[in-house]
Amino acid sequence: MRSIWRHRLFWPVVALLTLIAVNSIARPNFIKFRVRDGELFGAIITILRDSAPLMLVALGMTIVIATRGIDLSVGAIMAVSGAVALTIIDNSGDAGNLGVVLIAVVAALLVSLVLGVWNGFLVSVLGIQPIIATLVLMLAGRGVALLITGGFITTVNSEPFSFIATGYLFVLPFAFFISVAAITVIGLVERRTALGVLTEAVGINPEASRLAGVRSRGIIWGAYIVSGTLAGLAGILYASNIRAADANAAGVFIELYAILAVVLGGTSLNGGKFSIAGTVIGVLIIQTLDSTILFLGVPSAQSPVFFAIVVVVVVVVQSPRIRNAIGRMSRSRQPKAAAVEPPVEDKQKAEVTR
Amino acid sequence: MPADTEVPPIVEMRGITIRFPGVLALDNVDFTLRPGEVHSLMGENGAGKSTLIKALTGVYAIDSGTIAVAGERRTFHTAADAQEAGISTVYQEVNLCANLTVGENVMLGHEPRRGGGIDWRATQKEAARHMESLGLAIDPRSMLSSHSIAIQQLVAIIRAMVLEAKVLILDEPTSSLDRGEVEQLFEVIRDLRSKGVAILFVSHFLDQVYEISDRITVLRNGTLVGEHLIEELPRDALVTKMIGRELEDLATLEKSSHRAIDRSGTPVVRAEGLGKRGVLEPADLEVYEGEVVGIAGLLGSGRTELVRLLYGADRPDAGQVEVQGAHAKVHSPRHAIDQRISFSSENRRAEGVVADLTVAENIVLGMQARQGWVRKVPKKDQDAVVAEYIEALGVRPANPQALVGNLSGGNQQKVLLARWLATAPQLLILDEPTRGIDVGAKADIQKKVSELSSQGLSVIFISSELEEVLRLAQRVAVMRDRRKIGELDSTQVDLDGLIDYIANAGEGSAA
Repeated sequence: MRSIWRHRLFWPVVALLTLIAVNSIARPNFIKFRVRDGELFGAIITILRDSAPLMLVALGMTIVIATRGIDLSVGAIMAVSGAVALTIIDNSGDAGNLGVVLIAVVAALLVSLVLGVWNGFLVSVLGIQPIIATLVLMLAGRGVALLITGGFITTVNSEPFSFIATGYLFVLPFAFFISVAAITVIGLVERRTALGVLTEAVGINPEASRLAGVRSRGIIWGAYIVSGTLAGLAGILYASNIRAADANAAGVFIELYAILAVVLGGTSLNGGKFSIAGTVIGVLIIQTLDSTILFLGVPSAQSPVFFAIVVVVVVVVQSPRIRNAIGRMSRSRQPKAAAVEPPVEDKQKAEVTR
Repeated sequence: MPADTEVPPIVEMRGITIRFPGVLALDNVDFTLRPGEVHSLMGENGAGKSTLIKALTGVYAIDSGTIAVAGERRTFHTAADAQEAGISTVYQEVNLCANLTVGENVMLGHEPRRGGGIDWRATQKEAARHMESLGLAIDPRSMLSSHSIAIQQLVAIIRAMVLEAKVLILDEPTSSLDRGEVEQLFEVIRDLRSKGVAILFVSHFLDQVYEISDRITVLRNGTLVGEHLIEELPRDALVTKMIGRELEDLATLEKSSHRAIDRSGTPVVRAEGLGKRGVLEPADLEVYEGEVVGIAGLLGSGRTELVRLLYGADRPDAGQVEVQGAHAKVHSPRHAIDQRISFSSENRRAEGVVADLTVAENIVLGMQARQGWVRKVPKKDQDAVVAEYIEALGVRPANPQALVGNLSGGNQQKVLLARWLATAPQLLILDEPTRGIDVGAKADIQKKVSELSSQGLSVIFISSELEEVLRLAQRVAVMRDRRKIGELDSTQVDLDGLIDYIANAGEGSAA
């Protein structure tokens, strides 16, 4: 029993279950499913479908954060990806053609991959701080997207393209399968190969890893490429859902929600140990919260306040002071010397700033 | 005891004891500083030099003992308290504001005022006056960041004078200065000494210590060894005091140093003229199969720098490396590992273990890095290797899933040794593998090194403990002041001979 609540996914799971329970009580429809034309509907299905873009972005963000980095450019990459795909379809003159849509999707993914290569180059080769390196594309990306669409919101009417976000396969939304596929591939690649543990080693102690012979440059570079490509896929989902490439609206603030999902899932922003399962739960918490806010009829202008409350709680619980306090409560008496050290650090800092 | 004790001391520390979790950092240490003297604090890493300085400057709280400044008993809670009492410190990394001008830095917090604001003209004039008094001829309006570290250090000293410091602590001030800059700094130090300022000087460079100091206090393992006037303490006596003699039970260990080594063939690894400007003067080093080559020298003598260049951890700008007689490109640790060279850093925590990973993950890391991420070492092989080395090296706790960060230093060192042995190297470089670990673990590691080398592994063994070096190594390379000054056959030299060599060899030509 003790080991269960010590598990690092315990609190995220509790949070998710609590949200589901609250919803189930407040609106019995929440847990009901309806079948129509062989397709499954219901609030939970909607959550699974709508969470796909955030899920993809957050998976990539998890890997990047594990390397001690951060990728702020994911929203902008979504915009570029959508712009590339829709411009190709729009210019083809045959929007309904499956081949055209496939070419458009592959082209958009390739462009996203290249943007990931750019981010990774800045961070791993030039050694620019990740937050600055990815800020470049975060600011410039939407401009690039507007350039591609010629400054317009490109809209298309394409059956195959719309299918990506709104279609059904068997009885479940196609977008859900994309999510599951991404989770599975990332999970297998990280954990069945040694990539996961090497990524953690680089994130925890870059210098020790370098001296141990880990090719940290490749590992860090790869993380940004994965993040960029997944963001591109998320951009296609977004564009498919609204059947338009809206460079100014696609993926706005998604980098922050993705970071929130990663942190909710128990992966530290300091890098190192990461949890794919945690991130999945984090994304589902955010999406369920979103659905709850919508259901409660909170005006959309005020919904950020709810997210803010969650963020505040997470940050406070993770702060060193609170963790120390919890540690002190759980442990018995501390030796005196151990209590001497922390203030020492404060003093040194004070000295430096003086 | 020195003769001129009649000058009343400016600083008197008595019975200073400081405990950290699990460590007695300072044990009942006395220290006395008199006005108008340059007093060097000497000791190897972990001897307690910085802890003593931090006790004096109010950074660390003392557990017991007393501090008196100018005859008055004081308790400093912060560094500001100490500064107010006239104790200023200039650290290795300069603690100034790089984005302000030299004058602003000198006068910061003491600017002359006029009306409600700062009188900038008077500030600059005042700064210039202070700078002139110490012979620093630069424009006070220039940005601090536009000057070299040496000038910045002088600015920091001038700032201390503005604060009317009676005690000036210089912690490794010369480590990044060239010869001319050191001269300039010493001029200033002598000038201040003649003005009655007490100067506490810490440096790893023996030559500089003997050039500038009036008195030396030696610490070892947190205890006071003694206080001496410089002319009463020859260099070899100082080195002996710093290093000390180790415990008896280690001395009973098997010696591998008398094993005969066949040096007729090709060396396993040969470095020729390996060097880097400002880090190490070009040096040669050869290691033959089954040979243990020791590198002896004080901290900062260039021993770590030499092996880091050899391993590709730092990029050399001169010289080349041959492996098994063939020219080898070793520009990164990766290249070295591909040549089956392994390096265990002296800096266990920062450059060795990955603290948040398990013992098993840490041991496998080297093998896995060598194989690349795609081919994961199969779980079964991992378990076998991990179990083998935990058993062979006696890692405690013998739990592969324990986080390495929670292990003691000695056990972390064993995990690192296991990591490197698992990669089956032909040359193993161990930098201070036994520093700060208990005697049992020390003996385990020495035994393992001796055993592996008898099976054909070549080893470069660096240690501050010379007895350890003499016991394990067949040949000892000696370094001083970032130069290799010679090589000794360890069957031909005893401890005193080695100490004498480290302290005095080639003295005539060095200065």
